[in-house]
Amino acid sequence: MAATPKNNALGDTAKSQRASDDSPLAKWLLIGTALAFVTLFLLLPLLNVFYQALAKGLAFYKESLVDPDSISAIKLTLLIAGISVPLNILFGLAASWAIAKFEFTGKAFLITLIDLPFAVSPVVAGLMFVVLFGRQGFFGSWLDAHEIKIIFAAPGMVLATIFVTFPFVARELIPVMQATGSEQEQAALTLGASGWKIFWHVTLPSVKWGLIYGVILCNARAMGEFGAVSVVSGHITGETDTLPLRVEKLYHGATGASAVAAFSVASLLALLALVTLVLKTLLEWKTERDYARAQKAIEPSAESDTIILAKSLQ
Amino acid sequence: MSIEIKNISKSFGNVVAVNSVNFSIQHGELMALLGPSGGGKTTVLRMIAGLEMPTSGDILIRGQRVNDVSVQERNIGFVFQNYALFKNMSVYKNIAFGLKIKKWKRKDQKARVAELLELLELKGLERRYPHQLSGGQRQRVAIARALAPKPAVLLLDEPFGAVDAKIRQELREWLVRLHHDLNVTTVFVTHDQEEAMEVSNRIVIIARGRIEQIGTPREVYEQPANEFVARFIGVMNILELEVRNGIGQVGEMRFQLPNVVDGQVRIGFRPYAVQISSDLSQYAYRAILRRTFFLGVMLRVELELPSGLVIRARITKEDYGRLGLQDGRQVSCQIRQIRLLAHDNAALGPEHLTTYDVPPSIAEGI
Repeated sequence: MAATPKNNALGDTAKSQRASDDSPLAKWLLIGTALAFVTLFLLLPLLNVFYQALAKGLAFYKESLVDPDSISAIKLTLLIAGISVPLNILFGLAASWAIAKFEFTGKAFLITLIDLPFAVSPVVAGLMFVVLFGRQGFFGSWLDAHEIKIIFAAPGMVLATIFVTFPFVARELIPVMQATGSEQEQAALTLGASGWKIFWHVTLPSVKWGLIYGVILCNARAMGEFGAVSVVSGHITGETDTLPLRVEKLYHGATGASAVAAFSVASLLALLALVTLVLKTLLEWKTERDYARAQKAIEPSAESDTIILAKSLQ
Repeated sequence: MSIEIKNISKSFGNVVAVNSVNFSIQHGELMALLGPSGGGKTTVLRMIAGLEMPTSGDILIRGQRVNDVSVQERNIGFVFQNYALFKNMSVYKNIAFGLKIKKWKRKDQKARVAELLELLELKGLERRYPHQLSGGQRQRVAIARALAPKPAVLLLDEPFGAVDAKIRQELREWLVRLHHDLNVTTVFVTHDQEEAMEVSNRIVIIARGRIEQIGTPREVYEQPANEFVARFIGVMNILELEVRNGIGQVGEMRFQLPNVVDGQVRIGFRPYAVQISSDLSQYAYRAILRRTFFLGVMLRVELELPSGLVIRARITKEDYGRLGLQDGRQVSCQIRQIRLLAHDNAALGPEHLTTYDVPPSIAEGI
């Protein structure tokens, strides 16, 4: 709130508070609301997953995880993420580099295109691949003739995952790259560095955080994707089930035990999310500590700017 | 290392940034490229570095044409306007970067960085990161990094633009000392005429993509090649005169201008050419002292004549006190020497003296 002219005239300096300091009530109300939402929509469901998973005891939990079909789902999920995440990193780096550092025709179009997977429903994305590569599809007869299986097999699932995770890394990197500009790279150039060395020592470290966030998001989506993958998978138990598909299948299974097993598998996905978050936090913490250490490094004998003045006045 | 710029031009699309520029830099020289923003001086610097390719013309370093030599192989040190320090690297790693790239032995790298930390008074800061440094310290890290691989030429783009006034003054003095100690050929870009005058051996004045004048600080101040330079370097009073029969007039001011055709002319005079007296009958014109600017040893005063003409004059603190001047005081004044200003790029005639000539002292350009 702005001070009234009357206050100014009286020279009332004691009341020169910022608006944000004014009302502790508003502050606590906002914090309380946020906390309530986080508890209700994030914390409770998460805890419930683990609670349900362990409802039949630790032994059952373990058993439902080492089930061959679950093991196969874990393997397939890791395979899909293991292929699509690195490819997305490559693509994200290339696209954001091109967009941030160069001017070319069709740049706006490229940016829009990168966002396309956000706009398209994952189910539609899956269907697109079926239409292209399915038996009745565009390339179907050719693929059939050469005995290449894409739809209802791992390759199709990888393709669908790449499609839906396409924007994550690039979207995170573009603003970071744009903000960094190209002066550091030019400086490296004048110091004799080649293109590859500049990329490795200058560009990549300066977009490190953007890249890490992008990879975390991309990985979470790659492992958690349901719709697109479901359409192209064919639901062959023990062959084309990823973790989310396995969870769904178990949950709709006939028995109550199978529902508990569903939560056990789901808890794996949740655990994975938690681990990535912890890793990210650790990394941030380590960087902070490095900076703090550097800050604490021996201060120069006095403020060195002053020394310069003293010397030059001699 | 001597550098020759031969007839270089640079266009960005339809915009001609640099237009047929010629000059040379001697080995060991400290040269300033001075001019208003957008005048093309940074483009010239970047072309010397190889960061921009000239549209036409040649650049020679030590007699060798380097147009096709890549930035990496030109062996130059470049200090960017905003330093462009590697923000993810410590001070030590920033300085050692060029050495690592050039595959120096680890031991030699360490020795060279230690030497530079010492020289640039950065000892104790080697583990810090750029965001943990003050502006002046960042500037010196940038210079240390550029100097580390022992470049043949040091190029600085607006080196003191981003630090505050006090530090800027210190850094200037310090750059002169550094250049004296290392004797590396140095070229820096600035838009600050005071900075160029104070730091460099020679100044190249660039505006609108062309060279206006090349000369020592004293030369460009005392013998400006054209009106642009005369107005750009130092403070100048400019008056438009109506000339009739060899006498130019504006308001109550009259100047003898023999050999000048009747019509409009523009004249200029430096503040130091104005003489002031508290004795109202001593000089030809009466004026009121409107404002006083304290610049240190010298003061600048604004005099307003009855017709409303305002002229700026310069006076020492001692004279100011001796004459008992203060704002609002009546004084008399006259102009000792004037310069006929032709339009841009036309050569100037010799100084036109109205009374007598006293050579200006140094330090009077400000």
